[in-house]
Order: sequence, then structure tokens, then C-alpha cells
Amino acid sequence: MIELLSQEKCISCNQCVNVCPTNVFEKVVDGIPVIARQSDCQTCFMCELYCPVDALYVAPDSEASLSVSEEELESSGLLGGYREKVGWGPGRTPVSKHEYMYQLAVRTSF
Amino acid sequence: MSAQQWNDLVLDTDVLVIGGGPAGTWAALTAAGNGAQVVLVDKGYCGSSGATAPSGTGVWYVKPDEKLREEAKGSRYTLGGHLAESRWMDQVLDRTYENMNKLAAWGYPFPLDDSGSPYKRGLQGPEYMKLMRKLVQKAGVKILDHSPAVELLADEHGVGGATGVRLQAGGTWTVRAGAVIIATGGCAFLSKALGTNVLTGDGYLFAAEAGAELSGMEFSNAYAISPTFSSVTKTAYYRYASFYYEDGTIVEGAGSTRGRSVIARNLLQGRQVYARLDQAPEDIHHLLRVGQTNFFLPFDRLGINPFTDKFPVTLRLEGTVRGTGGIHVIDENCSTIVPGLYAAGDAATREFICGGFTGGGSHNAAWAMSSGSFAGGGAANYVKKLGERNETRRLRGLSSTTLTHRKTGVPEALTASRTQERIEAVKDEVTPYDRNLFRTDEGLAQSLGRLDDLWQDIRGSVSTRDAEGVKARETAAMAATARWMYRTAQERTETRGMHKREDYPKMDASQRYRLVTGGLDDIRVRKVEVAEPIAALKEGAH
Repeated sequence: MIELLSQEKCISCNQCVNVCPTNVFEKVVDGIPVIARQSDCQTCFMCELYCPVDALYVAPDSEASLSVSEEELESSGLLGGYREKVGWGPGRTPVSKHEYMYQLAVRTSF
Repeated sequence: MSAQQWNDLVLDTDVLVIGGGPAGTWAALTAAGNGAQVVLVDKGYCGSSGATAPSGTGVWYVKPDEKLREEAKGSRYTLGGHLAESRWMDQVLDRTYENMNKLAAWGYPFPLDDSGSPYKRGLQGPEYMKLMRKLVQKAGVKILDHSPAVELLADEHGVGGATGVRLQAGGTWTVRAGAVIIATGGCAFLSKALGTNVLTGDGYLFAAEAGAELSGMEFSNAYAISPTFSSVTKTAYYRYASFYYEDGTIVEGAGSTRGRSVIARNLLQGRQVYARLDQAPEDIHHLLRVGQTNFFLPFDRLGINPFTDKFPVTLRLEGTVRGTGGIHVIDENCSTIVPGLYAAGDAATREFICGGFTGGGSHNAAWAMSSGSFAGGGAANYVKKLGERNETRRLRGLSSTTLTHRKTGVPEALTASRTQERIEAVKDEVTPYDRNLFRTDEGLAQSLGRLDDLWQDIRGSVSTRDAEGVKARETAAMAATARWMYRTAQERTETRGMHKREDYPKMDASQRYRLVTGGLDDIRVRKVEVAEPIAALKEGAH
């Protein structure tokens, strides 16, 4: 579930508040949004994709909350790692048109 | 609707679409394209809500070549217990082909094949739903995000709108509409299977409260393989898995399709099962990693290499999301028996194209985009015929549980903790493999006894038109869905499609019919003949 909303990176665009399908975040007047309903997080990772500054981190465990260190996530490339793989963000190519998609289909029946 | 507050929103429109996933967005787009004014409401965010948005999916996209089409139609026909119909499969294959070509023209970034043409056999959820939202907006559809519906509105002529809650804006919404399309998805009982926690069977409840029926609710016991530590329920790659016990010995017979029962029986006995994708040829590892980016996400974050490391797996309930049961539709416009009410996507039955079994993915994706289009076109035409009559309707709410605006003075109003207890009570009946996956007459009867009591309890309670009340209505929908599932499952005394009866392990040729279910307090199940005789379709590759 959602474990990190980086105070340093967040630019208060409130995109996460908009896109979260289970309404986990809450806007704050004159501030950055907060994770208001963590237990409602369904671990779908969509907020990470829409965050323009990679300020969010969703841990894979959907049941239990665990503490994470922003520093470690940053150094291991996990912050924003999913968005990069999906090919969203300036200068990136969407993974949906990756040549491997077709090559995989040729090699398998996917 | 009398106690209106300053931030209550009231809108009039031609077509209201409830649900903003693939089916809902195609419905909205098609209705708007047919000249209708459209409002689309989503309980979350149209573009990220539902099972498709966070996933990648294959699509049942087959060129209109006779041989290819025959193979495609045969692909799940036998698995589905011969309940699909050729006429419907043709219609869905045609519309899916058309819609996928439209997506290419509208700018969906497909990969290119060897000849440089777009290769259209799959869609990446985030990309697909981002584009659908954009297209819907461009078509002039008004989208209300974070606006779950709580009940339909109707008069003696049929359904005429819905009301709901504005979770972020505050207050309520009321949309009066000539026709309503339910595209709320299936029901996965808050199992956290990827993207499914918004899918709580709300649309089934709304439809049943309006007098509509459901079909195929016995085909509601889909479970997906997933790592124990993750919500990611993408199962396609498990075809490359070997399954192991703790001590490293192989679990005989375990597999991702027919061998899922073996995994379940081990888990039931308390024996943890582990998987490793060691049958994937090394030279396609890099292709697989790109093919389903999100499959690898939990592994990457935990430093596990699923091709070389064993990891513990479980089976996560996907209910009717990957099942095939849903609202009964009676014609090629996806109409229900209630005038003005339409159903599309996973909210509707998918038996017409895959009978009693679907592995999810390609067929469901095809059904969502085609049935959405059918319903959108049908609803727009219906509204045209309705004409001026729509102006003077006296609509009333259809909720079978009492809804109120304010908590004050309502001592019976549900508390969050009481709702949570009820959610757990429903889950206790539908999650265990020895109740839902492996069904017996005894088990079904016991569960139904408890679920009927729970339903009566819910029926007698009052919920508010706010976030808490929305959860209470979701709970009512899940309880009702569980009862429809098990009541229908009792009726089918055989094993067919995904419906497995331990006490009737074989398919019974004399039970090749649909089971159509209706009612709230008293549930009735009737048999409906499959419109076509068993077809001589060969199992093909598609």
C-alpha cells in the first residue's frame, strides 16, 4: 500500500488526490496533500504513474503497512521506477509501443 | 430529494453511464456519437478505476477471416461448457475489430509488426484508459469523478436516473436521465486483487432493485494466482511456473489453468505452495519483462527474481470480475428487462461469448468494448423515442435499504465498525476455497443461512448519503451478490465451466441451460434455454 508521499518532492499538484480510485489522499489548503485513508489503498500503483515528480511510493504488500526510507528508495531507483518502465513522463516512449510487445507475441501466444 | 443542500448537484441528461472503466467509457462515447447528451459517473476516477486500468490485457481481436474466426470462437467454447452463442460471438468479434481499429486511428500507441502496421492484440491499461478519458471528454460527456451512485431512480415507465454521493466535492448528486447504463464491473469482494476494490457488485444490486435479473451467477468463483505478498493478480505468466513445496519437491498436477485446484487443496491443508517461473526460456525473459511491466513490480521492489527464486503464492478471489455471471441482457443492445436500463462490461453476463469460463483478459476486454458500444447505441436510440415524455417524470429512489441525508436523529445509522463487521461476514462466506471454489450442497446451504440473516440485518438498517453510507451500500451489494451466487450454485447440480460441485463432479448434458436469477428478499432462479444447439467448434489458438 501507499507508504510515502515525499514532502521534499511534492509540488502540490494534487494529481494523486484526483486519480486515486479509492480516494486515499486528501487535499490540504496551502499545503501538500496527505495520505488520509491508507487502509483503503488497493495497491494498484496508479498514483505513482500520474505523479509528475515521482514523490509517491507504493509498497507491494497490500495488507500490511511497513515503514520505508525515502533515501533508500531513491538510491535503489525505486522512486519513479514504475513510471519510467511504463514510459510516462517527458521524453519517454510509452511501453505499449515497445517492439518487445510484438516480439513476445511472435514467440508466444500472448 | 427534498433535503437539498447547497453543494448538492442536480443534472438532467439523455444518458447516464455509471462506471468509467472500458465498458462505461465506450458506452459514453457511443451514446454521445449517436447524438445523446451524456453524464458519466465513477466512484473513483475515470481513467484509473477498475480492473483494466492498472493492468495489461490481451484483446480478442481477430481479423474477419472465416477460418480465424471459427478458431477464435472455438477457443473457450468447450471450457465454457457450451453456453456461448455463435451469433453473439460474431457480433462481439466484429465490434471489437472495429473498435480496436478506431483506437489505432485515435492515437493509441500500438507496437508495430514486421510490416510496420500496428499490432492490435493487446492493450496496456494505463495508456488505454488515459486515452478513453480524453476521448470521452472530447465527445462532450460530463464526467463526475469520485461520485459513487447509491441508488437508481424510476417511475412507472422505467428507470430515469440515479443519485449518489460526491466524495470529494461534498453533498450528493442526482442525475435525471432518459436511460441508464450500468457499467460498474463485477464483484471481487474487496479481495485487493489488482484494481478490483472498487468492484463491489453495486450495479447488480441497483439492477435487481429495479427489477432486472442476473444470469450465470454460479460462474462467480474465479481465483487468481498471486504472490502472497502482493496484489498483482496477473496470471498469464504462471504458465511458465513450476510449483514447489517448502522442501523443494514438486507439487504434482499444480498449474496455472486446470491445476489451480491442486494449489487450492494444498493451501486448504495448510501447505504453502511456492512458484518459480523456471520454465520460461531464458531468451524471452527480457520480452516478458516488458510485456507485463506490472507483473514484475512487486518482485523488483522486494529484490526477488521470479525466474530463479521461489516465492510463496496464494489464490486471490476475483469473484465475477473474472467469472462470467452478471446482469441478464435480453437483446443485442444489452437491454435489461427493465425499460431504460442497460448493462455492459463485467457488470453484464459474459456467458454469451464465453459460457461458464473465462480466463479474463482477451474475451473480457472484447466484451467490455463491444457491449459498451452496444449499450451506448441502444440507450441513445431509446432516449430519442422517449422524446418529450422525459420532461415530466416523477421519479423515486429504488434503494432496498433506507437512505437518509443526516445521521442526527437516526440512532440506527450504521457506524463504520458495524459495516466492517458485515464486510468480514460476507468475505467469510465467499473467500474460503472449500466454500466457493469447491462447492457442496451442504456448504452452500450453510452459507446461505448466514447470508440470509445478514441480508435481513442490512435491510433493516439505515445508511447516510455520505462516504460511510456508500460503504454500507457496497456491503449490501456484496451480501446480495453472495446470495445470488450461492442460490444459483445450488440449482446447478453438476460441474460446468468454472462452477465446481464436489458432490456432482461431472457435467450433466441435461443441464445445458442458463440460470437466470432475480429478487432481493426472496431469490428465484429460472432456467432459460441456450438459443443455439451445441456448435461443432474446434478449440483453436485464439
